[in-house]
Amino acid sequence: MSIVILLAIIGILVAGGFLLAFVWAVKSGQYDDTESPAMRMLFDDSKPVENDKE
Amino acid sequence: MGRKCVHCGEDCGPNPVMWDGKPFCCHGCKTVYQILNEKKLDKYYEIQPMSGIKIEKADVGNKYAYLDLDEIKEKLLDFSDGDISKVTLFIPAIHCASCIWLLENLHTINPGIIASNVNFPQKKVSITFNNKAVSLRQLVELLVSIHYVPEITLDQLGNEKKSNSNRDLLLKIGVAAFSFLNVMLYNFPEYLPGGDQLSGLFTKFFGYMSFVLALPVVFYSANDYYLSAIKGLKHKIINIDVPITLGIFTLFIQSSYDIFTGRGIGYMDSLVGLVFFLLIGKWYQSKTYRALSFDRDYKSYFPVAVTVIKEGKEETIPLEKLKEKDRILIRSSELIPADAKLLKGTAEIDYSFVTGESLPVYKKAGEVIYAGGRQVGGSIELEVIKPVDQSYLTQLWNQEYNKEKKESELNNVINKISEYFTIAVLSVAFAAGIYWLFNDKSLALFAFTSVLIIACPCALALTVPFTFGSTMREYGKRGFYIKNTDVIDNLRKVDSIVFDKTGTLTVNRSMKIEFVGEKLNDEQLKIIKSLVSNSSHPLSITIKEYIETGSVYDVENYKELPSLGITGIVNGKRVNIGSRKFVTGKDDDNPVSTNVYVFIEDKILGYFKIENQYREGLKEVIENLKNKYDLYLLSGDNDSEKENLLRLFGSETKLLFNQSPTDKRDFIRKLKKQGKRVLMIGDGLNDAGALLESDVGLTIADDIYSFSPACDGIIDSRKFFILHKFIKYTYVAFRIVITSFVISFLYNIVGLSFAVTGTMSPLVAAILMPISSVSVVAFATTSVKITSKRYFERA
Repeated sequence: MSIVILLAIIGILVAGGFLLAFVWAVKSGQYDDTESPAMRMLFDDSKPVENDKE
Repeated sequence: MGRKCVHCGEDCGPNPVMWDGKPFCCHGCKTVYQILNEKKLDKYYEIQPMSGIKIEKADVGNKYAYLDLDEIKEKLLDFSDGDISKVTLFIPAIHCASCIWLLENLHTINPGIIASNVNFPQKKVSITFNNKAVSLRQLVELLVSIHYVPEITLDQLGNEKKSNSNRDLLLKIGVAAFSFLNVMLYNFPEYLPGGDQLSGLFTKFFGYMSFVLALPVVFYSANDYYLSAIKGLKHKIINIDVPITLGIFTLFIQSSYDIFTGRGIGYMDSLVGLVFFLLIGKWYQSKTYRALSFDRDYKSYFPVAVTVIKEGKEETIPLEKLKEKDRILIRSSELIPADAKLLKGTAEIDYSFVTGESLPVYKKAGEVIYAGGRQVGGSIELEVIKPVDQSYLTQLWNQEYNKEKKESELNNVINKISEYFTIAVLSVAFAAGIYWLFNDKSLALFAFTSVLIIACPCALALTVPFTFGSTMREYGKRGFYIKNTDVIDNLRKVDSIVFDKTGTLTVNRSMKIEFVGEKLNDEQLKIIKSLVSNSSHPLSITIKEYIETGSVYDVENYKELPSLGITGIVNGKRVNIGSRKFVTGKDDDNPVSTNVYVFIEDKILGYFKIENQYREGLKEVIENLKNKYDLYLLSGDNDSEKENLLRLFGSETKLLFNQSPTDKRDFIRKLKKQGKRVLMIGDGLNDAGALLESDVGLTIADDIYSFSPACDGIIDSRKFFILHKFIKYTYVAFRIVITSFVISFLYNIVGLSFAVTGTMSPLVAAILMPISSVSVVAFATTSVKITSKRYFERA
């Protein structure tokens, strides 16, 4: 039964990983604007590329 | 009906501007199309057809010269490092997917632009650019040339970048959710049959784990509640956060005690769940309209810089450096930034935003012009007589009003309830404790803490955010945008409503027009239209739009006489159009409407009678409000409309005319002194003082994103006809709050019956607390949804 303790620790590590990912996502501003990316992804990639970024 | 403009979708009229075989309504739209076409950005029109924005005047001139000033640049730029600069601009015109696409492809138009990113809900675009290749001014002018005019105001310059409180709240929710889910998992075995036979190792391990996971929740996620509770207590108010704080700490201490003495696993799952639900409620309530601004003062209306004339040379300086005695140059369609004396030129000032009056006011050299008007004629020169912040109107918009007081009054129903609630809970807790002290000492402390734990007003605290938060959303869907949920409760308490007239009850820039005199034939109509087409005076435009004939004649010897009228030779005939004095030679006999007389060739044909047009549904709105509220009307105009208004409002209402902005404010102040709770509904800056002074100030706006004075809510002018429903729905929302309170009290009674008998187990808490929260939230949101649907869609 003591395997449960190991499982609990693994569980918290996995959940902790998701928490960190969430913190990172919030801090990098991904939740500041939840509308424009939804529209942006629908644009085709065939942009007229005339000047490449350096 | 002509064809629709390819760019903006407006009707092109009979003579569209043609380019590339496509029709355009004006040259402005054609130019934008050309630019986009040239740069192969015409996909813009594919994403959403006719997505452009129409702008009549695209002439920029030196308007943005101030963006070359270092001190302004410094304030406006987010950062600047070497060649690379980044700026964030607010562009109210952003409205569709095409806008995002185009603005994020700006680099194809100008290679100096490195990257751009649109924030759609905030209507902002962040642009990173090479400042060697393109200056800030050129950048802004480029945006203007494609009709995405950024709004650059003093306000943005002054303020430091606001910290993002939304992010903080999200992080707190994230941490609470993480702990909640894990702690729930640890406590779950305890609740199963036979859970009490788990080996001590598990109980201990899970207990310690829940303790560790609860720490960040108690000391990080929930800390806003403690701060608010302390703040309330300092002001001698027991707000809803006091019992919450009490509950959280009792839960935490009791559970820690249980865990470390090995008595059990504690109530950590209930604790973190409680905090999680509370934070969700807060988040739901805080979702406001981020692109709307409710706290504007004169700074967001005034220009950032002005042109001064120093020793005969023009120079652009930031507005804050403007001093008395400075000589300033105001070009056509620029704002007068400070009270000033006219030195040169004929001023034709459009005060429509300040007073709501759409007809420009003429001023001669030597006269004083108040700040806030917009020059519509040619360039003028002025001498500043008062500093910007002390000008007549700015002072009024700027008045300090006691925001603190306004806020502490808020929520007072909820505060009252939570005060009684806290006292009741504490007395029950003590009573239970004392009872058990004499009967079974071992249960005394436990009964005491159990009461505090189970009575923690989670459901109570969630009721208001969810009910009013949903109400705010329902309002928003129907064109009424409020600053925050507190406005709903304030609106409910209102007993007097004060209306502004021009622009609020009447439609701005829309007139009722009819011709009085002999019937005009087609040729005469065509002649009149030809002449008025030359003038940009609002009355001319009204007449022009009124006459439907298509083509026009050429006009010779056209002349515009300020404040009198226009004259010219059309189709070989002399035509005069204008005031009675100008056309007939007789003085005005103070008519109740604005009359424009027409003279063609040899006789006066009659006049156009132009009247204010009242908003659609006004009668119904007034009828519905009349019985319940004291209605007042304040108008800056003369009383020419008194008869009409009297019929609408009935005799008991007070109609006041010729009210200055200060009069309006003082009137509200007087009403409040009489103990009335006042709702002010206005539109322009002349109402700004009154809006601030009132308990609730609402603005009516044709374009909700454009400038409106500081207020508590903005009503889309197209939704004016359901104004009474907006106001009265607050009663429904309040009833829902009360019902939810009753439900949560019922839960509390059940919980308390466990607590006082000393039989409350973690299992009871773990079931009762989430169920009460969830059911109250579900009740509040669904009943708002259902009632608002029924309420607003009922005829």
